[in-house]
Amino acid sequence: MLKRLWNIYCEGFRHLPRWGRLLLAIVLAKLLIMFVVFKLLLMPDYLNKQYTSDQEKSEHVLNILINKP
Amino acid sequence: MIAEITSASLVEWSRWQFAMTAIYHYMFVPLTLGLSFLLAIMETMWVRTGKEEWLHATKFWMKLFAVNFAIGIATGLILEFQFGSNWSNYSWFVGDIFGAPLAIEGLFAFFLEATFFAVMFLGWKKVSRGFHLTSTWMVFLGSNISALWILVANAWMQNPVGMEFNPETARNEMSDFWAVLLSPTAMNKFFHTVTSAYTLSACFVIGVSAWFILKKRHLEFARKSILLASVFGFLSILATIFTGDTSAQDVTRTQPMKLAVMEGLNKGGNGVGLTIIGISEKDPELLSDRMRTVNYGITIPKMLSFLGYRHGDAFVPGIEDILEGYTSYEGKVYPSVEQRMANGRKAIEALKIYRQAVKEKNDNLATESLALLKKNYPDFGYGYLNSPYDVIPPVSLVFYSFRIMVGLGLLFVLLFALAWWYARTRKFDKFRVIPYLAIVCVPLAYVASQCGWIVAEVGRQPWVVQDLMPTNVAVTRIASGWVVTTFWMFAVLFTLLLIAEIGIMFAQIRKGVTEPRI
Repeated sequence: MLKRLWNIYCEGFRHLPRWGRLLLAIVLAKLLIMFVVFKLLLMPDYLNKQYTSDQEKSEHVLNILINKP
Repeated sequence: MIAEITSASLVEWSRWQFAMTAIYHYMFVPLTLGLSFLLAIMETMWVRTGKEEWLHATKFWMKLFAVNFAIGIATGLILEFQFGSNWSNYSWFVGDIFGAPLAIEGLFAFFLEATFFAVMFLGWKKVSRGFHLTSTWMVFLGSNISALWILVANAWMQNPVGMEFNPETARNEMSDFWAVLLSPTAMNKFFHTVTSAYTLSACFVIGVSAWFILKKRHLEFARKSILLASVFGFLSILATIFTGDTSAQDVTRTQPMKLAVMEGLNKGGNGVGLTIIGISEKDPELLSDRMRTVNYGITIPKMLSFLGYRHGDAFVPGIEDILEGYTSYEGKVYPSVEQRMANGRKAIEALKIYRQAVKEKNDNLATESLALLKKNYPDFGYGYLNSPYDVIPPVSLVFYSFRIMVGLGLLFVLLFALAWWYARTRKFDKFRVIPYLAIVCVPLAYVASQCGWIVAEVGRQPWVVQDLMPTNVAVTRIASGWVVTTFWMFAVLFTLLLIAEIGIMFAQIRKGVTEPRI
Protein backbone atom coordinates (compact mmCIF):
# COMPACT_ATOMS: atom_id res chain seq x y z
CA MET A 1 0.00 0.00 0.00
CA LEU A 2 2.76 2.43 1.04
CA LYS A 3 4.84 1.43 -1.96
CA ARG A 4 1.87 2.10 -4.21
CA LEU A 5 1.34 5.49 -2.66
CA TRP A 6 5.04 6.25 -3.08
CA ASN A 7 4.79 5.30 -6.76
CA ILE A 8 1.84 7.60 -7.22
CA TYR A 9 3.91 10.49 -5.86
CA CYS A 10 7.07 9.60 -7.85
CA GLU A 11 5.37 8.96 -11.17
CA GLY A 12 2.97 11.83 -10.68
CA PHE A 13 5.71 14.37 -10.06
CA ARG A 14 7.79 12.93 -12.92
CA HIS A 15 4.94 13.40 -15.38
CA LEU A 16 3.71 16.76 -14.16
CA PRO A 17 2.71 19.16 -16.94
CA ARG A 18 4.64 22.43 -17.26
CA TRP A 19 2.13 24.43 -15.24
CA GLY A 20 2.21 21.72 -12.56
CA ARG A 21 5.99 22.02 -12.30
CA LEU A 22 5.64 25.80 -12.03
CA LEU A 23 3.13 25.34 -9.22
CA LEU A 24 5.44 22.93 -7.43
CA ALA A 25 8.32 25.39 -7.74
CA ILE A 26 6.15 28.17 -6.31
CA VAL A 27 5.07 25.95 -3.41
CA LEU A 28 8.66 24.97 -2.56
CA ALA A 29 9.94 28.55 -2.84
CA LYS A 30 7.06 29.78 -0.71
CA LEU A 31 7.66 27.19 2.01
CA LEU A 32 11.38 27.98 2.01
CA ILE A 33 10.73 31.72 2.40
CA MET A 34 8.11 31.13 5.07
CA PHE A 35 10.02 28.69 7.24
CA VAL A 36 13.59 29.89 6.79
CA VAL A 37 13.27 33.62 6.23
CA PHE A 38 10.14 34.42 8.20
CA LYS A 39 9.98 31.81 10.94
CA LEU A 40 13.65 31.43 11.75
CA LEU A 41 15.07 34.85 10.94
CA LEU A 42 12.34 37.44 11.11
CA MET A 43 9.52 36.14 13.27
CA PRO A 44 10.79 33.81 15.96
CA ASP A 45 8.45 33.01 18.83
CA TYR A 46 9.09 35.89 21.22
CA LEU A 47 8.56 34.01 24.49
CA ASN A 48 10.56 30.97 23.36
CA LYS A 49 13.40 33.22 22.31
CA GLN A 50 13.48 35.26 25.52
CA TYR A 51 12.75 32.57 28.09
CA THR A 52 13.58 28.91 28.47
CA SER A 53 11.07 27.64 31.02
CA ASP A 54 7.29 27.86 31.16
CA GLN A 55 7.60 29.45 34.57
CA GLU A 56 9.63 32.33 33.18
CA LYS A 57 7.10 32.81 30.39
CA SER A 58 4.26 32.84 32.91
CA GLU A 59 6.11 35.40 35.03
CA HIS A 60 6.61 37.63 32.01
CA VAL A 61 2.95 37.55 30.97
CA LEU A 62 1.74 37.93 34.56
CA ASN A 63 3.91 41.03 34.90
CA ILE A 64 2.31 42.47 31.76
CA LEU A 65 -1.17 41.64 33.05
CA ILE A 66 -0.55 43.12 36.48
CA ASN A 67 1.41 46.22 35.43
CA LYS A 68 -1.19 47.45 32.97
CA PRO A 69 0.28 48.54 29.64
CA MET B 1 8.02 52.98 30.24
CA ILE B 2 5.78 50.10 29.16
CA ALA B 3 3.14 52.60 28.10
CA GLU B 4 5.64 54.30 25.83
CA ILE B 5 6.77 51.08 24.22
CA THR B 6 3.18 49.91 23.71
CA SER B 7 2.61 52.88 21.49
CA ALA B 8 -0.45 53.12 19.33
CA SER B 9 1.71 52.58 16.27
CA LEU B 10 2.91 49.19 17.51
CA VAL B 11 -0.64 48.01 18.24
CA GLU B 12 -1.97 49.50 15.03
CA TRP B 13 0.81 48.10 12.84
CA SER B 14 0.48 44.67 14.44
CA ARG B 15 -3.25 44.80 13.77
CA TRP B 16 -2.74 45.96 10.19
CA GLN B 17 -0.23 43.18 9.60
CA PHE B 18 -2.58 40.53 10.94
CA ALA B 19 -5.53 41.97 9.00
CA MET B 20 -3.56 42.11 5.75
CA THR B 21 -2.29 38.53 6.00
CA ALA B 22 -5.70 37.24 7.09
CA ILE B 23 -7.37 38.97 4.12
CA TYR B 24 -4.83 37.52 1.69
CA HIS B 25 -5.08 34.07 3.30
CA TYR B 26 -8.85 34.13 3.00
CA MET B 27 -8.61 34.84 -0.71
CA PHE B 28 -7.43 31.25 -1.17
CA VAL B 29 -9.46 29.42 1.48
CA PRO B 30 -13.11 29.68 0.39
CA LEU B 31 -12.52 28.31 -3.10
CA THR B 32 -10.73 25.29 -1.60
CA LEU B 33 -13.65 24.65 0.76
CA GLY B 34 -16.38 24.87 -1.85
CA LEU B 35 -14.75 23.71 -5.07
CA SER B 36 -13.64 20.48 -3.35
CA PHE B 37 -17.33 19.80 -2.66
CA LEU B 38 -18.28 20.48 -6.29
CA LEU B 39 -15.42 18.27 -7.52
CA ALA B 40 -16.63 15.44 -5.31
CA ILE B 41 -20.16 15.81 -6.67
CA MET B 42 -18.94 15.89 -10.30
CA GLU B 43 -16.74 12.84 -9.84
CA THR B 44 -19.56 11.00 -8.09
CA MET B 45 -21.76 11.74 -11.12
CA TRP B 46 -19.06 10.27 -13.36
CA VAL B 47 -18.64 7.13 -11.26
CA ARG B 48 -22.41 6.61 -10.98
CA THR B 49 -23.44 7.40 -14.56
CA GLY B 50 -20.23 6.59 -16.43
CA LYS B 51 -20.75 9.71 -18.56
CA GLU B 52 -17.38 10.98 -19.79
CA GLU B 53 -18.53 14.61 -19.72
CA TRP B 54 -18.54 14.52 -15.91
CA LEU B 55 -15.00 13.13 -15.95
CA HIS B 56 -13.81 15.98 -18.16
CA ALA B 57 -15.64 18.52 -16.01
CA THR B 58 -14.03 17.03 -12.88
CA LYS B 59 -10.57 17.19 -14.45
CA PHE B 60 -10.95 20.77 -15.65
CA TRP B 61 -12.20 22.15 -12.32
CA MET B 62 -9.63 20.01 -10.50
CA LYS B 63 -6.88 21.87 -12.35
CA LEU B 64 -8.19 25.20 -11.09
CA PHE B 65 -8.64 23.71 -7.64
CA ALA B 66 -5.01 22.54 -7.70
CA VAL B 67 -3.76 26.02 -8.62
CA ASN B 68 -5.71 27.59 -5.77
CA PHE B 69 -4.76 24.83 -3.31
CA ALA B 70 -1.05 24.91 -4.13
CA ILE B 71 -0.71 28.69 -4.03
CA GLY B 72 -2.87 29.10 -0.95
CA ILE B 73 -1.53 26.19 1.05
CA ALA B 74 0.26 27.15 4.25
CA THR B 75 -0.44 30.88 3.83
CA GLY B 76 -2.28 30.58 7.15
CA LEU B 77 1.01 29.63 8.79
CA ILE B 78 2.06 33.28 8.60
CA LEU B 79 -0.83 34.06 10.92
CA GLU B 80 0.43 31.44 13.35
CA PHE B 81 3.94 32.93 13.17
CA GLN B 82 2.43 36.28 14.08
CA PHE B 83 0.77 34.81 17.16
CA GLY B 84 4.22 33.90 18.46
CA SER B 85 6.07 37.01 17.38
CA ASN B 86 3.58 39.91 17.51
CA TRP B 87 0.90 38.61 19.85
CA SER B 88 2.91 36.59 22.36
CA ASN B 89 0.95 37.73 25.44
CA TYR B 90 -2.26 36.71 23.77
CA SER B 91 -0.78 33.38 22.65
CA TRP B 92 0.31 32.58 26.18
CA PHE B 93 -2.97 33.77 27.71
CA VAL B 94 -5.11 31.55 25.45
CA GLY B 95 -2.47 28.91 24.70
CA ASP B 96 -4.19 25.71 25.73
CA ILE B 97 -7.55 26.55 24.26
CA PHE B 98 -6.42 28.15 21.05
CA GLY B 99 -3.52 25.71 20.68
CA ALA B 100 -5.57 22.52 20.93
CA PRO B 101 -7.91 23.14 17.97
CA LEU B 102 -5.02 24.42 15.84
CA ALA B 103 -2.90 21.39 16.72
CA ILE B 104 -5.74 19.03 15.78
CA GLU B 105 -6.16 20.99 12.55
CA GLY B 106 -2.47 20.72 11.74
CA LEU B 107 -1.97 17.10 12.67
CA PHE B 108 -5.17 15.53 11.47
CA ALA B 109 -7.18 17.51 9.01
CA PHE B 110 -4.35 19.16 7.09
CA PHE B 111 -2.44 15.90 6.59
CA LEU B 112 -5.64 14.11 5.64
CA GLU B 113 -6.30 16.81 3.07
CA ALA B 114 -2.72 16.94 1.76
CA THR B 115 -2.32 13.15 1.48
CA PHE B 116 -5.54 12.58 -0.38
CA PHE B 117 -4.92 15.65 -2.53
CA ALA B 118 -1.89 13.85 -3.97
CA VAL B 119 -3.99 10.77 -4.82
CA MET B 120 -6.75 12.95 -6.21
CA PHE B 121 -4.45 15.02 -8.39
CA LEU B 122 -1.77 12.50 -9.35
CA GLY B 123 -3.61 9.21 -9.01
CA TRP B 124 -5.80 9.13 -12.14
CA LYS B 125 -5.49 5.64 -13.73
CA LYS B 126 -3.17 4.57 -10.89
CA VAL B 127 -5.86 3.75 -8.35
CA SER B 128 -9.36 2.35 -8.78
CA ARG B 129 -12.25 4.68 -9.55
CA GLY B 130 -13.71 4.00 -6.13
CA PHE B 131 -10.48 4.84 -4.32
CA HIS B 132 -10.00 7.97 -6.39
CA LEU B 133 -13.52 9.11 -5.63
CA THR B 134 -12.95 8.39 -1.93
CA SER B 135 -9.80 10.52 -2.08
CA THR B 136 -11.71 13.42 -3.63
CA TRP B 137 -14.32 13.22 -0.88
CA MET B 138 -11.55 13.02 1.72
CA VAL B 139 -10.00 16.22 0.35
CA PHE B 140 -13.37 17.89 0.77
CA LEU B 141 -13.74 16.48 4.29
CA GLY B 142 -10.16 17.33 5.25
CA SER B 143 -10.39 20.94 4.11
CA ASN B 144 -13.75 21.46 5.80
CA ILE B 145 -12.62 19.78 9.04
CA SER B 146 -9.55 22.07 8.98
CA ALA B 147 -11.93 25.00 8.74
CA LEU B 148 -13.97 23.64 11.65
CA TRP B 149 -11.02 23.68 14.07
CA ILE B 150 -9.82 27.10 13.02
CA LEU B 151 -13.30 28.55 13.29
CA VAL B 152 -13.82 26.92 16.70
CA ALA B 153 -10.65 28.69 17.89
CA ASN B 154 -11.86 31.96 16.40
CA ALA B 155 -15.33 31.54 17.92
CA TRP B 156 -13.80 31.02 21.35
CA MET B 157 -12.16 34.44 21.05
CA GLN B 158 -15.58 35.96 20.26
CA ASN B 159 -17.32 34.08 23.07
CA PRO B 160 -14.86 32.51 25.54
CA VAL B 161 -16.49 29.48 27.18
CA GLY B 162 -15.40 26.14 28.66
CA MET B 163 -12.25 27.41 30.34
CA GLU B 164 -10.82 28.51 33.66
CA PHE B 165 -8.10 31.10 34.22
CA ASN B 166 -5.05 29.79 36.05
CA PRO B 167 -3.50 32.66 38.04
CA GLU B 168 -0.28 30.68 38.55
CA THR B 169 0.47 30.37 34.85
CA ALA B 170 -1.50 33.30 33.36
CA ARG B 171 -3.21 30.87 31.02
CA ASN B 172 -6.81 30.02 30.33
CA GLU B 173 -7.12 26.25 30.61
CA MET B 174 -9.77 24.22 28.89
CA SER B 175 -12.24 22.81 31.38
CA ASP B 176 -14.92 21.64 28.95
CA PHE B 177 -13.83 20.60 25.44
CA TRP B 178 -17.41 20.10 24.27
CA ALA B 179 -18.47 23.55 25.46
CA VAL B 180 -15.67 25.03 23.34
CA LEU B 181 -16.43 22.85 20.31
CA LEU B 182 -20.22 23.01 20.39
CA SER B 183 -20.80 26.56 21.59
CA PRO B 184 -23.54 28.25 19.51
CA THR B 185 -20.96 30.83 18.44
CA ALA B 186 -18.64 28.11 17.09
CA MET B 187 -21.41 26.23 15.28
CA ASN B 188 -22.87 29.38 13.74
CA LYS B 189 -19.45 30.61 12.69
CA PHE B 190 -18.50 27.29 11.12
CA PHE B 191 -21.70 26.77 9.15
CA HIS B 192 -21.97 30.42 8.10
CA THR B 193 -18.36 30.49 6.92
CA VAL B 194 -18.40 27.21 5.00
CA THR B 195 -21.77 27.84 3.34
CA SER B 196 -20.58 31.28 2.25
CA ALA B 197 -17.44 29.60 0.89
CA TYR B 198 -19.66 27.19 -1.09
CA THR B 199 -21.54 30.22 -2.41
CA LEU B 200 -18.28 31.83 -3.53
CA SER B 201 -17.21 28.62 -5.26
CA ALA B 202 -20.53 28.39 -7.08
CA CYS B 203 -20.08 32.00 -8.25
CA PHE B 204 -16.58 31.06 -9.44
CA VAL B 205 -17.75 28.03 -11.45
CA ILE B 206 -20.67 29.96 -12.96
CA GLY B 207 -18.45 32.96 -13.77
CA VAL B 208 -15.79 30.89 -15.54
CA SER B 209 -18.45 28.89 -17.39
CA ALA B 210 -20.16 32.12 -18.42
CA TRP B 211 -16.88 33.28 -19.95
CA PHE B 212 -16.81 30.09 -22.07
CA ILE B 213 -20.36 30.82 -23.20
CA LEU B 214 -19.47 34.38 -24.21
CA LYS B 215 -16.46 32.98 -26.12
CA LYS B 216 -18.70 30.27 -27.63
CA ARG B 217 -16.39 27.52 -26.39
CA HIS B 218 -17.23 24.25 -24.60
CA LEU B 219 -20.91 25.23 -24.53
CA GLU B 220 -22.27 21.93 -23.28
CA PHE B 221 -19.55 21.66 -20.62
CA ALA B 222 -20.27 25.23 -19.50
CA ARG B 223 -24.03 24.57 -19.46
CA LYS B 224 -23.65 21.48 -17.27
CA SER B 225 -21.26 23.28 -14.93
CA ILE B 226 -23.67 26.21 -14.58
CA LEU B 227 -26.62 23.90 -13.92
CA LEU B 228 -24.79 22.06 -11.17
CA ALA B 229 -23.20 25.17 -9.64
CA SER B 230 -26.39 27.22 -9.70
CA VAL B 231 -28.33 24.55 -7.76
CA PHE B 232 -25.39 24.11 -5.38
CA GLY B 233 -25.01 27.88 -5.05
CA PHE B 234 -28.72 28.47 -4.50
CA LEU B 235 -28.85 25.91 -1.68
CA SER B 236 -25.61 27.32 -0.25
CA ILE B 237 -26.77 30.94 -0.25
CA LEU B 238 -30.05 29.91 1.43
CA ALA B 239 -27.99 28.10 4.09
CA THR B 240 -25.74 31.17 4.37
CA ILE B 241 -28.76 33.42 4.93
CA PHE B 242 -30.17 30.99 7.53
CA THR B 243 -26.85 30.70 9.39
CA GLY B 244 -26.37 34.47 9.08
CA ASP B 245 -29.66 34.88 10.90
CA THR B 246 -28.69 32.43 13.66
CA SER B 247 -25.25 34.10 13.90
CA ALA B 248 -26.94 37.48 14.37
CA GLN B 249 -29.10 36.01 17.14
CA ASP B 250 -25.94 34.76 18.82
CA VAL B 251 -24.23 38.14 18.41
CA THR B 252 -27.30 39.82 19.94
CA ARG B 253 -26.65 37.86 23.13
CA THR B 254 -22.86 37.51 23.24
CA GLN B 255 -21.57 40.67 21.51
CA PRO B 256 -24.32 43.30 21.76
CA MET B 257 -21.86 46.10 20.95
CA LYS B 258 -21.04 44.42 17.63
CA LEU B 259 -24.75 44.27 16.78
CA ALA B 260 -25.25 47.93 17.75
CA VAL B 261 -22.31 48.95 15.55
CA MET B 262 -23.47 46.77 12.64
CA GLU B 263 -26.73 48.74 12.79
CA GLY B 264 -25.19 52.11 13.69
CA LEU B 265 -27.67 52.07 16.59
CA ASN B 266 -26.82 54.70 19.20
CA LYS B 267 -29.99 54.62 21.28
CA GLY B 268 -31.74 51.28 21.63
CA GLY B 269 -35.34 50.63 22.56
CA ASN B 270 -38.28 48.33 22.13
CA GLY B 271 -39.39 47.44 18.61
CA VAL B 272 -36.21 48.61 16.89
CA GLY B 273 -36.19 48.67 13.09
CA LEU B 274 -33.57 47.14 10.79
CA THR B 275 -31.65 49.68 8.70
CA ILE B 276 -31.54 48.56 5.08
CA ILE B 277 -29.28 51.36 3.93
CA GLY B 278 -28.14 54.73 5.19
CA ILE B 279 -25.18 57.05 5.46
CA SER B 280 -23.01 56.76 8.55
CA GLU B 281 -21.73 60.21 9.49
CA LYS B 282 -19.94 62.03 12.30
CA ASP B 283 -22.15 63.96 14.67
CA PRO B 284 -20.69 66.40 17.22
CA GLU B 285 -23.74 65.99 19.44
CA LEU B 286 -22.95 62.34 20.15
CA LEU B 287 -21.25 61.21 23.38
CA SER B 288 -18.01 60.21 21.67
CA ASP B 289 -16.26 61.00 18.40
CA ARG B 290 -16.09 57.22 17.88
CA MET B 291 -19.87 57.16 17.41
CA ARG B 292 -21.68 57.88 14.16
CA THR B 293 -25.21 58.85 13.19
CA VAL B 294 -27.01 57.05 10.38
CA ASN B 295 -28.62 59.64 8.13
CA TYR B 296 -31.06 59.05 5.27
CA GLY B 297 -31.66 55.55 6.65
CA ILE B 298 -34.35 53.30 5.21
CA THR B 299 -35.57 50.93 7.89
CA ILE B 300 -37.97 48.02 8.25
CA PRO B 301 -39.95 48.72 11.43
CA LYS B 302 -39.41 46.32 14.37
CA MET B 303 -37.29 44.00 12.26
CA LEU B 304 -34.08 44.20 14.32
CA SER B 305 -36.00 43.31 17.50
CA PHE B 306 -37.66 40.44 15.66
CA LEU B 307 -34.42 39.12 14.16
CA GLY B 308 -32.59 39.36 17.47
CA TYR B 309 -35.21 37.91 19.79
CA ARG B 310 -38.03 36.67 17.53
CA HIS B 311 -40.26 39.30 19.05
CA GLY B 312 -41.13 42.56 17.31
CA ASP B 313 -41.25 44.58 20.54
CA ALA B 314 -38.10 43.16 22.16
CA PHE B 315 -35.60 45.61 23.63
CA VAL B 316 -32.37 45.91 21.63
CA PRO B 317 -29.59 47.96 23.24
CA GLY B 318 -27.78 50.70 21.36
CA ILE B 319 -24.23 51.91 21.97
CA GLU B 320 -25.37 54.37 24.66
CA ASP B 321 -27.39 51.69 26.48
CA ILE B 322 -24.36 49.40 26.53
CA LEU B 323 -22.18 52.23 27.85
CA GLU B 324 -24.68 53.09 30.57
CA GLY B 325 -25.82 49.55 31.42
CA TYR B 326 -29.14 47.87 30.60
CA THR B 327 -31.37 44.88 31.19
CA SER B 328 -31.74 42.65 28.16
CA TYR B 329 -35.06 41.45 26.77
CA GLU B 330 -34.30 38.08 28.35
CA GLY B 331 -33.81 39.70 31.76
CA LYS B 332 -30.04 39.62 32.03
CA VAL B 333 -28.58 42.70 33.72
CA TYR B 334 -25.51 44.26 32.07
CA PRO B 335 -23.69 46.82 34.22
CA SER B 336 -22.35 50.05 32.74
CA VAL B 337 -18.95 49.96 31.06
CA GLU B 338 -17.59 52.14 33.88
CA GLN B 339 -18.77 49.54 36.39
CA ARG B 340 -17.19 46.78 34.32
CA MET B 341 -13.94 48.78 34.18
CA ALA B 342 -14.02 48.98 37.99
CA ASN B 343 -14.67 45.20 38.15
CA GLY B 344 -11.77 44.60 35.78
CA ARG B 345 -9.42 46.73 37.87
CA LYS B 346 -10.51 44.75 40.97
CA ALA B 347 -9.71 41.50 39.14
CA ILE B 348 -6.26 42.75 38.12
CA GLU B 349 -5.52 43.99 41.63
CA ALA B 350 -6.73 40.65 43.05
CA LEU B 351 -4.34 38.83 40.71
CA LYS B 352 -1.49 41.02 41.95
CA ILE B 353 -2.37 40.41 45.61
CA TYR B 354 -2.82 36.68 44.97
CA ARG B 355 0.69 36.38 43.55
CA GLN B 356 2.17 38.31 46.44
CA ALA B 357 0.21 36.19 48.94
CA VAL B 358 1.44 32.97 47.34
CA LYS B 359 5.04 34.22 47.50
CA GLU B 360 4.61 35.10 51.17
CA LYS B 361 2.73 31.85 51.83
CA ASN B 362 -0.23 33.78 53.20
CA ASP B 363 -2.96 31.18 52.51
CA ASN B 364 -5.89 33.21 53.79
CA LEU B 365 -5.03 36.23 51.68
CA ALA B 366 -4.40 33.99 48.66
CA THR B 367 -7.83 32.33 49.01
CA GLU B 368 -9.54 35.68 49.49
CA SER B 369 -7.88 37.34 46.52
CA LEU B 370 -8.46 34.31 44.32
CA ALA B 371 -12.18 34.45 45.11
CA LEU B 372 -12.22 38.16 44.22
CA LEU B 373 -10.38 37.46 40.98
CA LYS B 374 -12.83 34.71 39.99
CA LYS B 375 -15.82 36.89 40.83
CA ASN B 376 -14.59 39.75 38.64
CA TYR B 377 -12.85 37.70 35.96
CA PRO B 378 -15.72 38.03 33.39
CA ASP B 379 -14.80 41.76 33.23
CA PHE B 380 -11.02 41.24 33.46
CA GLY B 381 -10.17 42.97 30.16
CA TYR B 382 -12.18 46.09 31.03
CA GLY B 383 -9.57 46.87 33.67
CA TYR B 384 -7.12 47.79 30.90
CA LEU B 385 -9.38 50.34 29.20
CA ASN B 386 -8.66 54.03 29.61
CA SER B 387 -12.14 55.25 28.78
CA PRO B 388 -15.60 53.64 28.49
CA TYR B 389 -15.65 54.77 24.85
CA ASP B 390 -12.74 52.43 24.10
CA VAL B 391 -15.31 49.63 23.75
CA ILE B 392 -16.79 51.18 20.59
CA PRO B 393 -15.42 49.59 17.39
CA PRO B 394 -15.04 51.60 14.16
CA VAL B 395 -18.73 52.15 13.36
CA SER B 396 -18.74 53.18 9.69
CA LEU B 397 -16.46 50.36 8.51
CA VAL B 398 -18.59 47.69 10.21
CA PHE B 399 -21.88 49.35 9.22
CA TYR B 400 -21.02 49.50 5.51
CA SER B 401 -19.25 46.10 5.40
CA PHE B 402 -22.36 44.44 6.82
CA ARG B 403 -24.60 46.03 4.21
CA ILE B 404 -22.26 45.18 1.34
CA MET B 405 -22.12 41.55 2.52
CA VAL B 406 -25.89 41.21 2.85
CA GLY B 407 -26.60 43.13 -0.37
CA LEU B 408 -24.22 40.95 -2.38
CA GLY B 409 -25.69 37.83 -0.77
CA LEU B 410 -29.12 38.82 -2.08
CA LEU B 411 -27.61 39.55 -5.51
CA PHE B 412 -26.22 35.99 -5.54
CA VAL B 413 -29.71 34.57 -4.91
CA LEU B 414 -30.80 36.34 -8.09
CA LEU B 415 -27.67 35.25 -9.95
CA PHE B 416 -28.16 31.55 -9.14
CA ALA B 417 -31.83 31.68 -10.19
CA LEU B 418 -31.01 33.48 -13.46
CA ALA B 419 -28.00 31.27 -14.22
CA TRP B 420 -30.04 28.10 -13.72
CA TRP B 421 -32.80 29.39 -16.00
CA TYR B 422 -30.25 30.56 -18.59
CA ALA B 423 -28.46 27.21 -18.72
CA ARG B 424 -31.69 25.24 -18.68
CA THR B 425 -33.27 27.15 -21.58
CA ARG B 426 -29.98 27.34 -23.57
CA LYS B 427 -30.70 30.93 -24.64
CA PHE B 428 -27.01 31.58 -25.15
CA ASP B 429 -27.47 34.11 -27.95
CA LYS B 430 -30.01 36.15 -26.00
CA PHE B 431 -29.86 37.66 -22.53
CA ARG B 432 -26.09 38.08 -22.70
CA VAL B 433 -26.30 40.33 -19.68
CA ILE B 434 -26.57 37.15 -17.56
CA PRO B 435 -23.10 35.77 -18.38
CA TYR B 436 -21.64 39.25 -17.89
CA LEU B 437 -23.36 39.48 -14.51
CA ALA B 438 -21.98 36.03 -13.63
CA ILE B 439 -18.42 37.14 -14.42
CA VAL B 440 -18.78 40.32 -12.36
CA CYS B 441 -20.10 38.23 -9.46
CA VAL B 442 -16.81 36.30 -9.14
CA PRO B 443 -14.83 39.22 -7.62
CA LEU B 444 -17.97 40.38 -5.82
CA ALA B 445 -18.17 37.01 -4.05
CA TYR B 446 -14.66 37.63 -2.70
CA VAL B 447 -15.69 41.14 -1.64
CA ALA B 448 -18.69 39.71 0.23
CA SER B 449 -16.48 37.14 2.00
CA GLN B 450 -13.98 39.74 3.10
CA CYS B 451 -16.74 42.08 4.27
CA GLY B 452 -18.09 39.24 6.42
CA TRP B 453 -14.73 38.90 8.12
CA ILE B 454 -14.48 42.67 8.60
CA VAL B 455 -17.86 42.63 10.38
CA ALA B 456 -16.76 39.70 12.56
CA GLU B 457 -13.27 40.93 13.42
CA VAL B 458 -13.41 44.73 13.34
CA GLY B 459 -16.82 44.55 15.01
CA ARG B 460 -15.32 42.97 18.12
CA GLN B 461 -12.63 45.58 18.67
CA PRO B 462 -11.00 46.39 21.07
CA TRP B 463 -11.14 42.77 22.17
CA VAL B 464 -8.73 40.04 21.16
CA VAL B 465 -10.59 37.79 23.58
CA GLN B 466 -14.06 39.19 24.21
CA ASP B 467 -14.18 41.08 27.55
CA LEU B 468 -10.96 39.42 28.76
CA MET B 469 -8.07 40.82 26.75
CA PRO B 470 -7.86 44.00 24.65
CA THR B 471 -5.40 44.32 21.77
CA ASN B 472 -3.01 46.67 23.62
CA VAL B 473 -2.39 43.97 26.25
CA ALA B 474 -2.14 41.14 23.73
CA VAL B 475 0.60 42.70 21.65
CA THR B 476 4.29 41.83 22.08
CA ARG B 477 6.51 44.70 23.19
CA ILE B 478 8.79 44.78 20.16
CA ALA B 479 9.93 47.70 18.06
CA SER B 480 7.12 48.86 15.81
CA GLY B 481 9.67 49.43 13.01
CA TRP B 482 10.21 45.67 12.94
CA VAL B 483 6.49 45.06 12.51
CA VAL B 484 6.39 47.68 9.74
CA THR B 485 9.28 45.92 7.94
CA THR B 486 7.68 42.48 8.11
CA PHE B 487 4.32 44.01 7.12
CA TRP B 488 5.78 45.12 3.79
CA MET B 489 7.61 41.83 3.30
CA PHE B 490 4.35 39.92 3.74
CA ALA B 491 2.57 42.37 1.48
CA VAL B 492 5.11 41.70 -1.29
CA LEU B 493 5.07 37.91 -0.80
CA PHE B 494 1.30 37.63 -0.76
CA THR B 495 0.86 40.00 -3.68
CA LEU B 496 3.28 37.90 -5.73
CA LEU B 497 1.41 34.75 -4.74
CA LEU B 498 -1.90 36.30 -5.71
CA ILE B 499 -0.51 37.46 -9.05
CA ALA B 500 0.85 33.93 -9.63
CA GLU B 501 -2.51 32.40 -8.74
CA ILE B 502 -4.46 34.70 -11.02
CA GLY B 503 -1.92 34.34 -13.85
CA ILE B 504 -1.76 30.54 -13.79
CA MET B 505 -5.49 30.23 -13.32
CA PHE B 506 -6.29 32.55 -16.22
CA ALA B 507 -3.85 30.58 -18.40
CA GLN B 508 -5.59 27.31 -17.52
CA ILE B 509 -9.02 28.80 -18.12
CA ARG B 510 -7.93 30.15 -21.51
CA LYS B 511 -6.65 26.68 -22.41
CA GLY B 512 -10.10 25.35 -21.67
CA VAL B 513 -11.05 21.72 -21.51
CA THR B 514 -8.03 20.04 -23.03
CA GLU B 515 -9.32 16.49 -22.76
CA PRO B 516 -11.26 15.25 -25.83
CA ARG B 517 -13.53 18.20 -26.62
CA ILE B 518 -17.09 18.01 -25.37
